[in-house]
Amino acid sequence: MNLRKRSNEWIQQLVFVGPGMIVFTIIVLIPFLLGFYFSFTEWNGLDLDKAKWIGMDNVRRIFTNDDKFWAAFKFTLKFTVVTVVVTNILALLLGLLLTRPMRGRNTLRTIFFLPNMIGGILLGYIWQFIFTKGFKTIGEMTGWHFFELPWLGTPETGFWGLVIVFVWQTTGYMMVIYIAAIVGVPKDLMEAATIDGATYLQTVRKIIMPLVMPAITVCLFLTTSGAFKMFDLNLSLTKGGPGTSTQSLAYNIYAEALVNNRYGLGTAKAMLFFFAVSIIAVTQVWLTKRKEVEA
Amino acid sequence: MTASRSRLWAIAAAAILLALLFIAPFYFVLVNSVKALGEIMVDAASLPDKYLFSNYSKVWDIIKFPKALWNSILITGISVTGIVIISAMTGYRLVRKPSVFNKILFTCFISAMIIPFQSVMLQLVRVTSFLELRANLFGIVICYLGFGLSLSVFLFHGFIKSVPLEIEEAAVVDGCSPYGVFWRIVFPLLRPIIVTVIILNGLWIWNDYLLPVLIIGSNKDLTTIPLAITRFFGQYTKQWDLALAGLTMGIMPIIIMFLMLQKHIIEGISSGSLKG
Repeated sequence: MNLRKRSNEWIQQLVFVGPGMIVFTIIVLIPFLLGFYFSFTEWNGLDLDKAKWIGMDNVRRIFTNDDKFWAAFKFTLKFTVVTVVVTNILALLLGLLLTRPMRGRNTLRTIFFLPNMIGGILLGYIWQFIFTKGFKTIGEMTGWHFFELPWLGTPETGFWGLVIVFVWQTTGYMMVIYIAAIVGVPKDLMEAATIDGATYLQTVRKIIMPLVMPAITVCLFLTTSGAFKMFDLNLSLTKGGPGTSTQSLAYNIYAEALVNNRYGLGTAKAMLFFFAVSIIAVTQVWLTKRKEVEA
Repeated sequence: MTASRSRLWAIAAAAILLALLFIAPFYFVLVNSVKALGEIMVDAASLPDKYLFSNYSKVWDIIKFPKALWNSILITGISVTGIVIISAMTGYRLVRKPSVFNKILFTCFISAMIIPFQSVMLQLVRVTSFLELRANLFGIVICYLGFGLSLSVFLFHGFIKSVPLEIEEAAVVDGCSPYGVFWRIVFPLLRPIIVTVIILNGLWIWNDYLLPVLIIGSNKDLTTIPLAITRFFGQYTKQWDLALAGLTMGIMPIIIMFLMLQKHIIEGISSGSLKG
C-alpha cells in the first residue's frame, strides 16, 4: 500500500511538473549552459560541430581589441539612463493626472497606452517614416528648426530618435502600472490628509509617493531591463547606423554572430551581456526595495 | 480655489496636447497609406486628394497577408494555450508539494527570467537544429513554451498560494482524484491569473521578431506578420505608399484586438506587474 502511494506520488510529480521541466531544460537551461562552453571556442556557425577550444582568447579580445563592443556598451548605458528617467517621470505624472476626476480620462489612458500594443519592429518602421517624411513636412509648415534636423542621419539624432520612440512606446505601459498603484492608496489616508489641511501636492509627496514605491520598483526594473536589452527597435529604426554609431549591446551581439559569422565571439559577448544585465537588475531592485513602506 | 482650478485646466490642456502628440504617428501612417507616392513626397501631413485603396490590394497579395495573419494566430494561439496549461500544472505542484527538488526547480524558473534572449539564442539555434525543431510549427511552439514558462509559473505560483487548501481537501474526501482536483476545482479558480498570463504572453509572442527569424526564418510557409512586414519593408524601402499600407495592415489586427479587450488587457498587465 505504502509502495503504491509512493509510486502514485512519482507519477503525479511527472505529470504535473514533467512537461514544464523538459521544455525548460531543452530551450533555456541547456542553451544557457552551452553558452559558457562556446564562449571559449571559435566556431563559424556553418560547421556546427567544429567548435575549436581557444581558451580565454575571446574574452581577451573583447577586453583589449573590440572598440565597437565598448562603444555599444556605452551607447546602451546612456540610452538606458535617459529613457528610464524620462519614461518614469512622464508615466508617473500621467498616472497622477489621470487618476484625478476629469472628463475623458479613459480616452486619454487608451491613447497613451496604444503604442504599447505594437511590437518594436513595426514601430521602428512607422517612425522611420515619421522622422524622414513627416518631420520634413512639419518643418516646412512651421519652420521650426527641431523638425528640420537630419533625423536618423547623424549619431546624435539617431540616439534621440531611438529615445523618442522608446519613450513613446513604454510610457503607457508604466502609466497603467502607476495608475493601479495610485488607485490602491487607501482612501481614508487621503481623506485624513485633506482634513488635516494638506494640499494635493503635499499628499502626493507625503502619502502617495511612499505608498506607490513598490510600483516604482517594478517600473524601474521593467524600463531598465527593457532599455538595456533593446533590440527590435534598434534593428528597424536605425539598423545601428549611421555606421555603427547607434548599435545597442544586443544588436552588437546579433551582428557579431549572424552578420560577421563569429559565433564563438558572439557567444562570449552574450554571456558578458548576461552578467551585465544580472548585476544591473539586482542592484536596482535592491536599491529601490529599501525605500518601500507598508500602508 | 480659482487659481488651483485654472492650474488644473492648464494641466489638462497639456495632457490633451501630449495625447495628440501620441496619436499623431498613427494619423501620418493612416492618411499616407492611401496616397500616391508623389503626393506623400510633396506633403505628408494633409488629407489625400484622391483615396488610393489600390495600395492595400497590392500589398495584400505581395505579403500574402491572409497567410501571415493565420500563421500569427496559429503560433500565438497554440503557444499561449500550452503555456497556460503547463505552467498552471507546474505552479500548482510546486506550491502544494514544496519538496527540496521542487524548491530548487522553482528557483531555477525564477532566476531564468533574468537571462536575456541574446544570451541563449545562438546556442538555441544549435540545439533546435540538432533536435529537428527548426522550420516547423511544433518547434517554434516548444521554444515559446520554454521561454514563456518562467514568468507564467511565477505568476501561477503566487496566485495558487492564496487558494485555500480546504476546498481541495473536501474534494478529496468526496473521492476526487488528484487530477480531478486540479482540473475541476483548482483550475477554474485561477481565472483572473489565467487572463493575465494569456495577455502578457499573447502580446509578446504576437509581436516577437527575433525568435521566429532564427527558428522558422527559412520556412516561408510559417511566416508571421512581423516577418512578412520586415521582408516586405526590405524590398520596398523607399516606396512609402506601399510600405505604409503594409504597416497599417500589420498593426490593425492587434489594435482592433486591444480596443475590443481593453479592460482585460489593462487589468491583466497591471495585476501581472504589481504581483511580479
